[in-house]
Amino acid sequence: MAEDSLIDWSKLTWIEPPVMGRTDLRDLKKGIDSGFRDFIRENGEWIENIFEPLKWILIKFEHAMVGMPWPLFLVIVAGLSYLGSRSWKLSLGAVLSFVLIGWLDMWEATMATVAMVSVSTLLCIALGIPLGVWMSRSDRVQSFIVPILDIMQTIPSFVYLIPVVMLLGIGKAPALIAVMIYAIPPIVRLTNLGIRLVDKETLEAADAFGANKKERLFGVQIPLALPNIFAGVNQTIMMALAMVVIAAMIGAGGLGTPVLRAVNNQYLALGVFNGMAIVAIAIIFDRVSQAYGKRLQKHREGGHGV
Amino acid sequence: MSDLKVQIKNLYKIFGKNPKSMVKHVEGGMSKPDLLKNHGHVIGLNNINLDIPAKGIQVIMGLSGSGKSTLIRHINRLIEPTAGEMIVDGQDVLTMSPDALRDFRRYKASMVFQKFALLPHRTVLKNVLYGLEIQGIAEDEAVKRGQKWLERVGLKGFEDHYPAQLSGGMQQRVGLARALATDADILLMDEAFSALDPLIRTDMQNILLELQEELHKTIIFITHDLDEALRIGDNIAILRDGAMVQTGSAQDIVLNPADEYVTDFIQDINRARVLELNSIMGKKPAKATALKLDKSMVIDVAMQALSNAKAKSATVMDGKKVVGSVTMDSMVQAIARPDGEVKGIDSYR
Repeated sequence: MAEDSLIDWSKLTWIEPPVMGRTDLRDLKKGIDSGFRDFIRENGEWIENIFEPLKWILIKFEHAMVGMPWPLFLVIVAGLSYLGSRSWKLSLGAVLSFVLIGWLDMWEATMATVAMVSVSTLLCIALGIPLGVWMSRSDRVQSFIVPILDIMQTIPSFVYLIPVVMLLGIGKAPALIAVMIYAIPPIVRLTNLGIRLVDKETLEAADAFGANKKERLFGVQIPLALPNIFAGVNQTIMMALAMVVIAAMIGAGGLGTPVLRAVNNQYLALGVFNGMAIVAIAIIFDRVSQAYGKRLQKHREGGHGV
Repeated sequence: MSDLKVQIKNLYKIFGKNPKSMVKHVEGGMSKPDLLKNHGHVIGLNNINLDIPAKGIQVIMGLSGSGKSTLIRHINRLIEPTAGEMIVDGQDVLTMSPDALRDFRRYKASMVFQKFALLPHRTVLKNVLYGLEIQGIAEDEAVKRGQKWLERVGLKGFEDHYPAQLSGGMQQRVGLARALATDADILLMDEAFSALDPLIRTDMQNILLELQEELHKTIIFITHDLDEALRIGDNIAILRDGAMVQTGSAQDIVLNPADEYVTDFIQDINRARVLELNSIMGKKPAKATALKLDKSMVIDVAMQALSNAKAKSATVMDGKKVVGSVTMDSMVQAIARPDGEVKGIDSYR
């Protein structure tokens, strides 16, 4: 050691790094583990019950989709993509992708994944937009929530899978929660940002005409923040799809499960097919939601900024 | 004209951490730079007192930073004052409860903004309906009223356009229609025409004056443009560094500027277009001349009349009564700038 380095640091023996004693550290970890275990033992049941409806919704939704006759599903896909994007090409592409997915025998897994992503996105919107609105109204709330969102987005997903699995076991509900933890930050952030970016003069005009808080929020702030909110929805969908494989580890089912199997057994074709199915869904969701978001801004066209 | 509509009494606005405690310094006559240097607070408005009569156009003017936009926002309390009273129709706006204030804004005072502040996601018609929606007026009634006002400002046929598709002048017409549609008696106009180019601005002034002919609203109009102030204002108040420097009619201000600041201000205006014969005429002529001019005629029109009639002097009339006389010479003297003209000639020699 001393020969390798230019300076012989080993003489500086007085500088001992502060380290928690080995036993202390073990006790700390043990304490946390057993504390959490005790917490689960006492509270696990009612917490599980809270998430029961979530599981129920997800399972019902998935069953409905899997049970749906495939032509009906294709009609719905075509209709929704056309409503969102007003583009025949995109709708046709979406339909063809799903036909190909069915032909390659990934229909059921795909339905499970689409159900999971749809339910988690809807729940993220339902929770995230109000949270973003709340944040936009108070700097204090913002400074409290932003670090939490930072943690949610940067912490390795496996780390929060541990307590979620300890609490709820393996299954649909914990998978849904894991997906939501990962996918909700963008919608919260962009709702907050969008509302904060609403032109001050326009808000002042609303005030000057005697708008109350509700009229301000629903009549001015949210409509004007909508392009940003929609960018958040789009990001949330993409993040939810990115979690499909990880969520499969804790029982989400869907396209992630064959991918995991392919990794473990080195089945190249299986992995690629299912991976491409995820990509196809992602592209369809992304293009449709972006095209819709763009259409929301149509009123901005015309050259004279407002 | 004589009823008081708005009375501003001892109004102070100080910006900073602890504005209330600064009022006594400002009352004691501390200047803006001193207050900033010694106490870190900025004077926004300094003891404003102004009586605004009903049914006239009160112009408040000043350069940027003089506090005029702050002042107009106190009238509907978009900005909270530090001290003072704002009496509108006998009620102090500054002590109103939130509900009363909201009603005041809905029914009593509407506002037109410098940068239009239209709602970009709503069509032109829906923008005009905004105030009516908030008042809770039924939709078909509101649409009828909205369409009437759009027609009045010359925007019939643009109902379904979005604001971004209109030019600046047209957008401000929408702003004006939106403010008029609420039927409020007070119209607050914050540099409403300042963002428009000169021709469109004159156009908008004409529209406003025409509408005022029949509507008789109490209009409080903020501007930094003296020509605009003189053109449309029945009364003009001049602000400087948050304090009121002079109030009076256009004639008063041009003929008797209160201090150097105002004198500087009126330097470059076209006096011939502002001054009326009434304020410059000499004593009654011994014998009425052939040419008779009304006392409210402005000088440039009168000069034209004299020149056309090849007359040297004219009799000034108030209806059928002779009230004075003017000559070409007296008019030339009156439109000469208060200083500078003679100096200018000297320097050319």
